[in-house]
Amino acid sequence: MKIEILYPEAANLFGDCWNHRYLRECMPEAEFVETHFDDVPAFASEDVSLIIMGAMTERAQEWAIERLLPYKDRLRELVEGGTVFLMTANAGEVFCEYIENEDGTRINGLGIVPLHAKRDMMHRHNAVMLCNFEGMELVGFKAEFSTLYGDNSDFGFAKVRYGTGINPASDIEGVRINNFFSTAMVGPFLMMNPGFVKYLMRLLGVAEPKLRHEELITAAYEDRLSDVKRMSEKKR
Amino acid sequence: MKKNPRFYIALWVSKAVMLLQRLLGMNASYFPGKLAIKLCPDFLGRIDKPGTVITVTGTNGKTTCCNMIIDVLTANGCDVLNNRAGSNIDAGVASSLIAAASLGGHVKQKIAVLEVDERSSLRIYPYVHPDYTVCTNLFRDSIQRNAHPEFIFSVIEKALPDDTHLILNADDPISFRLKRNNPRSYFSIARLPSDREECINIINDARVCPDCGHTPEYEYVRYHHIGKMHCPNCGLSSPTPDFLASPDFENGRFTVRTAEGEESYPMISGSIFNVYNQVTTVSLLRTFGLSSESIAESFEHMHIVKSRYTSTEEDGIKVVTNMTKGQNPVACSIVFDYMRSEPGSKEIILMLDDATYKKTTEIMTWIYDADFELLNDESIKRIVACGVRTNDYHLRLLLAGVPEEKIRCVRLETDAPKELSLCGTDKVFILHDLTTPKLTASVKSGVIEEIKKRKAEVSHED
Repeated sequence: MKIEILYPEAANLFGDCWNHRYLRECMPEAEFVETHFDDVPAFASEDVSLIIMGAMTERAQEWAIERLLPYKDRLRELVEGGTVFLMTANAGEVFCEYIENEDGTRINGLGIVPLHAKRDMMHRHNAVMLCNFEGMELVGFKAEFSTLYGDNSDFGFAKVRYGTGINPASDIEGVRINNFFSTAMVGPFLMMNPGFVKYLMRLLGVAEPKLRHEELITAAYEDRLSDVKRMSEKKR
Repeated sequence: MKKNPRFYIALWVSKAVMLLQRLLGMNASYFPGKLAIKLCPDFLGRIDKPGTVITVTGTNGKTTCCNMIIDVLTANGCDVLNNRAGSNIDAGVASSLIAAASLGGHVKQKIAVLEVDERSSLRIYPYVHPDYTVCTNLFRDSIQRNAHPEFIFSVIEKALPDDTHLILNADDPISFRLKRNNPRSYFSIARLPSDREECINIINDARVCPDCGHTPEYEYVRYHHIGKMHCPNCGLSSPTPDFLASPDFENGRFTVRTAEGEESYPMISGSIFNVYNQVTTVSLLRTFGLSSESIAESFEHMHIVKSRYTSTEEDGIKVVTNMTKGQNPVACSIVFDYMRSEPGSKEIILMLDDATYKKTTEIMTWIYDADFELLNDESIKRIVACGVRTNDYHLRLLLAGVPEEKIRCVRLETDAPKELSLCGTDKVFILHDLTTPKLTASVKSGVIEEIKKRKAEVSHED
């Protein structure tokens, strides 16, 4: 099993490098490949089981788009073919149609996800999140300058119970197209959601996934879940 | 900007409120300024400022540097207007000016030294024109507020006037690029034996060149992105410093090489980040025109502020409290590294929960950016993680490779002292957040009591 981490030298904000570090701990038999800005991606010429990219600065988003644009068709083929992708924080915006700056200028994205992002650099959107995904309760945080627009009701990732969806007016978080998962949640997302780590491992073909420090990561998750549920009940 | 009736009303009302707050024993460092800006939005532009304005900004070390600058100037006979008693956002700066101003809006001080929160630059610099601005460094900080260093860089870049003389860290590839056409002086610490070829920290925000995105080459890395670099693609490189410091940790002194020669100063504390703070202070004050002798003389009598660092000895065990701002992974990592490198056998109490989130939930991403791996060291015998997020800390410590048998977890911070082994221990470090000063004092007392209790038990057995 080959897992490709895109641009870890830049796409590592907010502890997001722990999404793949933790997977390494849980799947020591898997091969992890790090693709840097100056490299040709592994997915360009071979099959990979999972492609991961995490939180990055706005300039790094633009550098990532620039590097990935030559492989746009190949990426589309992989998404349609069911390759697993995990895009966290603003990494998913790279796959959208475009990213719009405050002054109206646009940066064209890869155009694989039919949504667009809008940046508002003077207003940081923070949220504590509680969502439902396939019978699981996911928790996490959002801390972003950009939010997504468009209709994701047919390809949303999770139903929001507390917090916001792809933008403050939405109650559907993220994107799921086949096995392409994108969420603005940070945390790091996998460290916050042991249930989703197992789900991901099953998708990757691990029949009986076993997590590293499973009891403890689950206890930390349950503490947080009860905090967020309390906040959600208080709000109601 | 001229004073208008609206300004005078704002000034008088805020001065009256400040007086009332003081009579009631309240801290008047923030609200009067907030009120004045509410009543007169360009209040900061209309109130008089001293003839020379120095601002200090940056992610880490700005409070310490600001305090040092004020203390040295005061020791050298200057009456310095400052905001150290209050906040470093626009309302705090306004409160400091209101406190110093007469009813006519005039100030008698000739110098102001103001700590400026990076994010507040856009609300302060259009009205307060600094003659000198120090930027200590730019690192990752709170993700909710400060996002990432590139964003903070862009805020300061946009807000600072074009003629302000900047004092910049030549070892920081992010902040040394600020306002490239402004007059500037650079400070640096010369290569140290502890510097490395490669970064060992989780965070390195200059792993790609901040100008072009290609891979830079480092001559050496000190910590995180601090070091000496150049980019083969675009040519960006660490500038030649005007003030180059060389620390002598053994003798507690450092020298600073300038174009005029070499100067010698006493170290206030033996940690590299405090040497940076002192070198920053020297660079600003020497640029400002103070003699090296005057600065060195002031350093001789200086201590780190007690709310940030205290040290007591009980029965041969040193009990140290060290403020370690949670949510700020770099500040934490620097403290972890300092503790690790301290001689002797150590135990640590981690009480890093932010008290303001006790009833909700705290964004914990920062613990995955902080180098808990540095705590996996033979000299650290026990780590007591406490607070409501103890499971998060426990998990993070295990992922950092700290053996399970070294870790203890308690929900109540005041239970932590009982979990210490205090057996052959030379130092107990209590690492605490900014938001818990009373709790820290209580835990410290608890540790001292525990040491006494264990000693009494041993005497009794004997």
